[in-house]
Amino acid sequence: MVTPVLDVKKLKTSFFTDDGLLTVVNEVSFHINAGEVLGIVGESGCGKSVTSLSVMGLVPALTSKVEGEILYKGENLAQASEKRMRQVRGNEIAMIFQEPMTSLNPLFTIGSQLMEAIRLHNKKLSKKEAKQQAVTMLKKVGLPRADELINEYPHQLSGGMRQRVMIAMAMICNPQILIADEPTTALDVTIQAQILELMKKLNEETDTAILMITHDLGVVAEICQRVVVMYAGKVVEEGTVESIFKKPSHPYTKGLIQSVPDMRQKKERLFSIPGNVPKPGSLPIGCQFAPRCSYAHEKCLKETPYLKALSIEQKVRCWLYEDEKESIV
Amino acid sequence: MTEALLKVENLKKSFPIHGGLFGRQVGEVKAVDDISFFIKKGETLGLVGESGCGKSTTGRMLLRLLEPTEGTIHFDGQDLTKLSKEAMRKMRKEIQMVFQDPFASLNPRHTVEKILEEPLIVHGVKDKGVRKKRVRELLETVGLNSWHAKRYPHQFSGGQRQRIGIARALAVHPKLIIADEPVSALDVSIQAQVLNLLQDLQKEFGLTYLFIAHDLGVVRHISDRVGVMYLGQMMELADSESLYESPKHPYTEALLSAVPIPDVDSKQERIVLKGDVPSPANAPAGCPFHARCPKGMEVCASVRPAFKEVERGHYAACHLYD
Repeated sequence: MVTPVLDVKKLKTSFFTDDGLLTVVNEVSFHINAGEVLGIVGESGCGKSVTSLSVMGLVPALTSKVEGEILYKGENLAQASEKRMRQVRGNEIAMIFQEPMTSLNPLFTIGSQLMEAIRLHNKKLSKKEAKQQAVTMLKKVGLPRADELINEYPHQLSGGMRQRVMIAMAMICNPQILIADEPTTALDVTIQAQILELMKKLNEETDTAILMITHDLGVVAEICQRVVVMYAGKVVEEGTVESIFKKPSHPYTKGLIQSVPDMRQKKERLFSIPGNVPKPGSLPIGCQFAPRCSYAHEKCLKETPYLKALSIEQKVRCWLYEDEKESIV
Repeated sequence: MTEALLKVENLKKSFPIHGGLFGRQVGEVKAVDDISFFIKKGETLGLVGESGCGKSTTGRMLLRLLEPTEGTIHFDGQDLTKLSKEAMRKMRKEIQMVFQDPFASLNPRHTVEKILEEPLIVHGVKDKGVRKKRVRELLETVGLNSWHAKRYPHQFSGGQRQRIGIARALAVHPKLIIADEPVSALDVSIQAQVLNLLQDLQKEFGLTYLFIAHDLGVVRHISDRVGVMYLGQMMELADSESLYESPKHPYTEALLSAVPIPDVDSKQERIVLKGDVPSPANAPAGCPFHARCPKGMEVCASVRPAFKEVERGHYAACHLYD
């Protein structure tokens, strides 16, 4: 059996607010194997971004509480010191964000920002060598005229080019895991296609595992091998991309897939999930999706379902599958 | 055939670029460059394109929120570009707009009632009782409750706010609604609700829509005909079936193939375009798409292709069909 490179167990992230402790991520467990692309999908406020920030140790320590285990190659990052986390970030686990403009420093050139990342993690390198590496990396992510580009500032680049720079910066220390938080959401479709193509290529070439956080089911089908569906801070379904798209089991997953307007054919009317996503802090008891679910019965309103394995490939958190035989994983 | 409610001919908008020591005009951005189209009564025309292609500028010019540089806009037989400011203000009773960001387009200090009453006051409904009744009616039309009237925008979710935006547009019984990215700020499950609402309202009130969006799936779902814009120019325009099934313009082909499909079995051939959209301040000569076009020819770099009918009701601007 393959040991996962990242194994998150019962991750629970809560924030201290004026209204008390708000649990945003509630006992989320998932794992990524080396070289795998795992997607986390969900709508705004479902906790997908907070999950990724918790893995990186980037949630503010003073106002939040992270419980559970984040095992990176067996080491629990949830207990790691800040000093250790600084080594992990960038070197072992790197991250790219949605808005490349706000994550690049407008006052420094592309080159100096890339070289900073290189020299921070490999102190022995001279400036010249670091520059050489930066140019090679920029070429690797498909940027033209890399030699000139390292002397330019972020505002001189287009959105797609900036995202390529961000990817170059994230990949420069050969991380084991790349966390991509909505990396193509701010980009146009033709540019999005380029960036997805690039991420696939890097994943194949370098064996870096990718944790892809997105709300776009198209992106998931395009790039991921396995997917975790989140709703109101919980994992509601998990499985291979194949099984989730062909045999979605949770009513929320089904609804989500059906609500996307299909470009290939015109439907008379779109399926829509009634109601709104509940806010953290005012979650319903029982199954969190029950108030919006057309299959909900009495039990759903009282007891919280557990994540049940339907097959080796698929797990679902729903009372509808209570009587089905649990397959042994 | 039903008549055209709106007819746009040779519409242009350019913004001057000032620079240098004395702020001379050093160039211009051709945001919309000579486009023509029409919308029939009761239909939905979708306008798609990537950021900076001029689709929103076009929408704003139809209401003259931006003054067109050249061209005519005929609405119900009248040329809107010739109207005085006052006449245009009255005309906006017929043409209303729904904006993208429901967080920014509703005044946070006003109650929903006040927000919805405003267009009624502006367009001359003097009786307070009539206005209040209309507000309640509007809220119910868009799927909210009449007791929501006393609340403020921040008390609503994104989808509900967009419903308020739609109710405001409906308040004065317009004929044409220009919806500029009305669902792109919403989550998929909420997006589906709002799209269904827009379709229901169209049937109920016989509305005509100009639907501006960048999401090709959404546009196909809601539109009868679709226009594709690139760098201020209309590249292709056809009924949505034939545009999506047999696109004529290489740009439309590439755009359609770039959309990730939420289906694991769909292994479509992807045309990955090289490079970025050029800046409209520095638009290439000839066909604006020629530098990125996989089928580019010599003539494309120098001569701008005419926008013409290549099949019945299917228009394209491309030298492949000369």
